[in-house]
Amino acid sequence: MGFRTGTLVAATALVSLMAGAVAAQETPKQGGTLVTMLGQAPRNLNPAVQSGIVTGFPGTQLFAAPLRYDEDWTPQPYLAESWEVAEDGLSVTLNLVQNAKFHDGTPITSSDVAFSVKTIQENHPFKTMFAPVTEVETPDDHTAILRLSQPHPALMLAMSSQLMAIIPEHIYGDGQDPKAHDRNSDNVVGSGPFKLVEYKRGEHVIVERFDDYFIEGLPYLDRIVMRIITDPAARAIALENGEVDLATFESLPRIINRLKEVDGLTATPQGYGAIGPIDWLAFNTAEGPTSNVKVRQAIAYAVDRNFILNALMLGTASEARTGVHPDSPFYEPDVETYEVDLDKANALLDEAGFPVGDNGTRFGLTVDFGWPGVKPQVEYLKAALRKVGIDVTVRASADFPTWAKRVGGHEFDMTWDTVFNWGDPVIGVHRTYQSSNIKKGVIWSNTQQYANARVDELLEMAGKESDPAKRKALYSEFQKIVADELPVYWTNTLPYHTIYSDRVGNPPLGIWSSSSPLDKTYLK
Amino acid sequence: MNLARIILVRAAYAAGLLIAVLVLNFSMMHLAPGDVADTIAQSMGGADAEVMAQIRADYGLDRPFVVQLGSYVLRVLQFDLGYSFFYNESVSGLILSRLPATLLLVITAQILAIFIGVVLGVISARRPNGMSSHFVTLLALFGYSAPVFWTGILLLIAFSLKIPLFPVAGMVDVRIEGGFFVKAADIAHHMVLPVITLASIFIALYSRLSRATMMEVLGSDYVRTAKAKGLTTREIVYKHALKNALSPVITLAGLQLSAVVSGAVLVETVFSWPGLGTLAFQSIIARDTPTILGILFFSALVVIVGNLLTDLALRLVDPRLRGRA
Repeated sequence: MGFRTGTLVAATALVSLMAGAVAAQETPKQGGTLVTMLGQAPRNLNPAVQSGIVTGFPGTQLFAAPLRYDEDWTPQPYLAESWEVAEDGLSVTLNLVQNAKFHDGTPITSSDVAFSVKTIQENHPFKTMFAPVTEVETPDDHTAILRLSQPHPALMLAMSSQLMAIIPEHIYGDGQDPKAHDRNSDNVVGSGPFKLVEYKRGEHVIVERFDDYFIEGLPYLDRIVMRIITDPAARAIALENGEVDLATFESLPRIINRLKEVDGLTATPQGYGAIGPIDWLAFNTAEGPTSNVKVRQAIAYAVDRNFILNALMLGTASEARTGVHPDSPFYEPDVETYEVDLDKANALLDEAGFPVGDNGTRFGLTVDFGWPGVKPQVEYLKAALRKVGIDVTVRASADFPTWAKRVGGHEFDMTWDTVFNWGDPVIGVHRTYQSSNIKKGVIWSNTQQYANARVDELLEMAGKESDPAKRKALYSEFQKIVADELPVYWTNTLPYHTIYSDRVGNPPLGIWSSSSPLDKTYLK
Repeated sequence: MNLARIILVRAAYAAGLLIAVLVLNFSMMHLAPGDVADTIAQSMGGADAEVMAQIRADYGLDRPFVVQLGSYVLRVLQFDLGYSFFYNESVSGLILSRLPATLLLVITAQILAIFIGVVLGVISARRPNGMSSHFVTLLALFGYSAPVFWTGILLLIAFSLKIPLFPVAGMVDVRIEGGFFVKAADIAHHMVLPVITLASIFIALYSRLSRATMMEVLGSDYVRTAKAKGLTTREIVYKHALKNALSPVITLAGLQLSAVVSGAVLVETVFSWPGLGTLAFQSIIARDTPTILGILFFSALVVIVGNLLTDLALRLVDPRLRGRA
């Protein structure tokens, strides 16, 4: 808890943590069907080849990872009963649970671990997760040694949740393209607490208890039904009238606040630290007025974070001052915060060489947005920047690809966006700021085209620093620099909430939310 | 000209039209900026350049437009709609698996709407200036102008939340075990709200149409003759007038049925009904080109075949149309 900040969220999280601890003391009951929801249809159910939170929920029920995390970001044994990181940081040894079996009864061995790492390296979109892994040695059936080209502390988080699904080599190693394997969605053979009953496209995913699960006595639930309901209003009603027991990743402030008032329901923002979703305004730092750092700072001084938090997010989100999620142990709150100051904003714009013209404006900028959820922020931006003489044109996109094409192609001035941290900063934070990741045509690369040699160096060092305290110091310096130079102006966390009924015991409130096994969840 | 020849000519037109539809749809999809690699990157929380290039190569999106178009049209001509980018499944399989749910919803709603619409139309036609007539007009105006997604949400709030009579979403409750009748009753239970929502637009349409034609028919000579003959109003309205007033309604119903796919998109989305509409909506969001094109092709096919059949049926029924091309 030492790293948590004194924000409101942390306090709420603490209270619900304690509530969770009390709930955990009740004796969990065996059996029952938990009904939950997915807001979109998953492409497939195999997290080794398909990332994303929609695949994460069913994917982590079907497939186990070597590690799991508690609420305090401490790794816990899962499929690996213990692990050692070598003194020089160049190898990690996993000692697998002896009695673990896949859903078809075959024992889970170290060669499955080696196969899974290889499959993920070749097919998973997050290349940085296992990039330094040169080889996986398998001295015996229950020992896997990951050899590294450099120390790689991000590996710990990358070995948890949906990021390292252990998949059976005898099923997925049959020569088919793993991305299009015919058993990614049907007849899945997994390693996790639940096995697949059926994935009916567009309707539901149903999983049921795996009786030979390697943790004795778990899971508690007999079945989990994940209904695919894309309409947020319909999802809210389903929670209210009790048709659904649990929902994760609900993000509409108005709906969250309404559901908070409903008797028998609890809504909490706890459990999204590792997912780490942050809303931000990104700038094109290579072209146009926003290539001038003073213009970017002026914009930050003109935008009122509190208005966004209170009026637009209705108090459901928390403040994000940097590109690292406030729940992360690496978050550095002591950075320039840009409290609203219109005089300062005007002065900065004058200094930058953009005087107010005859028509009362200094210059015009466009702002894009990729999904309807952030339209209020964009409209607010237009009003806020008019006060300092910047004329903002809002460019709506017909759909996500239209927006991705513009922003990925660097044809934008500013864009409002939501980007995830995905566990370790190496996976989800570095990509936005490293100059080596300026890649035209790739969305969520360094589309700001931001380049700072010191930032590159800090991230490079932090990526391979094994000492947690030194690593934190490196990330602190990095956060201070980018907060001064503002390739991106971070405003708030996306207010993901988990909403559950009083019937649910041990809802998934760890750092990975429902991208984690629900083997300890039960129905009262 | 004989009937066989007419059928042949019509079928040839239809085939040409279908190919035109294919080319047009494909070109329009291609004009939109961005592609499925972007939406796949979105669903995965990001990707790097190599992964994006791999996705484009896997789906043949890196080839020139003309080559892509040509190979698509050739494949469709061999009755192969291709594979969904999103689900990695055959598009025809996806469409066929979703079709029954949509047909069930749309046909039920149509039958309900024709029945209620015609009854309301007749009632209001009998006393065009009475209270009931004004009520029907008001109802029709409301039904026609209220957006279906709004009507749907309103019904959900009223009858799923405030008075919890009906389920919120889906077609079946997977927790319910039982035989055929239990399952059928469960589906019927889930159908009530979506069917009412979808029917509300059509009720408006049919009631206005049947009101208008009924009033016209009631003013005609043979009705006056029937009245003079001493028949009761009831007999005149239901035995003589209604039969003739119904034919435009049936023509309209035929036309509506051929638009099976498009009509239900919004209703299906609001109620998470696992039909073609939700598939279409989701495919558009995901830029799943083969699936969108497949659904569009399928709808075009349904419309063209529907029109062809209507045309032929009218020729059989109405001697005046025979012999015209």
